[in-house]
Amino acid sequence: MTKILFKDIDVEGLTTLKVYQKLGGYSSLKKAFSMKPEEVLNEVKNSGLRGRGGAGFPTGLKWSFLAKDSFPRYFACNADESEPGTCKDRILLEKNPHLLIEGLIVSSYACLIETGYIYFRGEFQDVADLMDEAIAEAYKKGYLGKNIMGSGFNFDLYTHLGAGAYICGEESALLNSLTGMRGEPRSKPPFPAVQGLYDKPTVINNVETVCAVPWIVNEGSEAYKSIGTEKSTGTKLVSVSGHVNKPANVEIDLGTPVSKIIEMCGGMRDGNKLKAFIPGGSSVPMLGIEHIDVPYDYESLKEAGSMLGSGALIVMDETTNIVEATMRLAYFYMHESCGKCTPCREGTRWLYQMLGEVLNRRGSPETVKTLQDACDNMAMKTFCPLADAAVAPVVSSIELFPEDYESFFAEASATAG
Amino acid sequence: MFAFTKESEKKIETILAKYPEERKMSALLPFLTLTQRQEGWVSPEAMVEIGKRLDVSPAYVQSVCSFYTMYFQYPAGKYIIRFCHNISCYLNGSDSLLDYLSEKLNVEVGGTTEDKKFTLIKEECLAECSAAPVMRVNDDYHVNLTKESIDKIIDSLK
Repeated sequence: MTKILFKDIDVEGLTTLKVYQKLGGYSSLKKAFSMKPEEVLNEVKNSGLRGRGGAGFPTGLKWSFLAKDSFPRYFACNADESEPGTCKDRILLEKNPHLLIEGLIVSSYACLIETGYIYFRGEFQDVADLMDEAIAEAYKKGYLGKNIMGSGFNFDLYTHLGAGAYICGEESALLNSLTGMRGEPRSKPPFPAVQGLYDKPTVINNVETVCAVPWIVNEGSEAYKSIGTEKSTGTKLVSVSGHVNKPANVEIDLGTPVSKIIEMCGGMRDGNKLKAFIPGGSSVPMLGIEHIDVPYDYESLKEAGSMLGSGALIVMDETTNIVEATMRLAYFYMHESCGKCTPCREGTRWLYQMLGEVLNRRGSPETVKTLQDACDNMAMKTFCPLADAAVAPVVSSIELFPEDYESFFAEASATAG
Repeated sequence: MFAFTKESEKKIETILAKYPEERKMSALLPFLTLTQRQEGWVSPEAMVEIGKRLDVSPAYVQSVCSFYTMYFQYPAGKYIIRFCHNISCYLNGSDSLLDYLSEKLNVEVGGTTEDKKFTLIKEECLAECSAAPVMRVNDDYHVNLTKESIDKIIDSLK
């Protein structure tokens, strides 16, 4: 396994500029400034790097969509990590804040951006404070501010905190929140690359995505492409949680089989059998044991009927009550729906209530049909993908484990006495 | 009556410097957070003051304030405990731990203890899933919780 993001993650004092720089930190600045901005952009484009927040959109391509000749432009770095199961950005922020700063400087140089904001979820006050210290150090050293290292490039970077709202991880909701509004998603188009923060062209990238940029600039896009698979290049952080012996964040070459990732985390807890796993955070369909060897990359997971999402592998063993686990996720989406779109606001509540019916042994085959029908009426019918996310665990759990639902039906429990 | 303290006023300057002058509404969330840090909650009087500073109506301030779950529009406890109950924590036994904590503090989930020391809140994922179960007490994360570690953490809070 190649270590790009986690190369020095456990080195003591890595949060300080001194230690970070000693290990080669900030070296990509010199390299980037010796190139033209569009050359840096093309390098990232050619590397095949894809957005690590959830959608997996090619990063360089996203940058190239910025409206031409429209300035100022903004960079909004998405540190609103809130997808259940996902904790990979937090570890980068907590242990290696300068890597993100370096990535933001180089990325902004490529995109002709002079102002950047890091949007943290409100609960990340501790890591945001740490970032403020790192930013202050970088200013002092001349890596931020005017005419960085004599390149003529100016870049200012600020932290901004949300205050508790999963939806603010959706890029247009994030921009609204950053403007001082309720975090409700906008209708797209116009896309942020054309009309983003303060109606100006804006790039929004996830923490992990930005953190990969310095390596790509230093080592070259071909080196990055040589890791992973043809279409899923490079490495990926995977947050492994649930029923494994040693839950952890691990860095893998994309294309590593799920079984191998579970092995890296000490195998199944207590030697239990795997029942199901959610490969990419709570918003993607769960998969069963037949997919245990599926390569962990964008294409293979899609082919298996799920998605790579944010890179959170949630492992559930044979002791798991799938209906109850699904209901827990349904509660999440009900709680986090912003309420703007009716199918989502009403639908998420219905899903939660009907799963409750099943779990309380008041359900029947009709209940499950109604659940599926409600899901049909939510997916792809809203401004943002929160409704799609809410139906993913419900639809997939019914498909994979119908017998789990049946075991709770009123009739079944009556026969069972 | 509500007024920002001297210390808060200093922070206000730093906050406002982050955004273009004509876009100072961006400071709304930071102002609300600052208010809550100063007062423990966001009162209607504070919303009026924030509105004045940012040229928006108090009603607008409230509409934004009420959207975000971390703001209290009533006085909350000295220690805010956010206890995660979602998927990764759930799979690692958070339900019984939350029950334990609720009993220990003698407060229902969502409530504040009579002595106003603790507010206990069920939280939707705190992004420390590989170290579940997790809770956050004010700004501090506590991971890999057990009954014993919960006892230790709570008993150490004065």
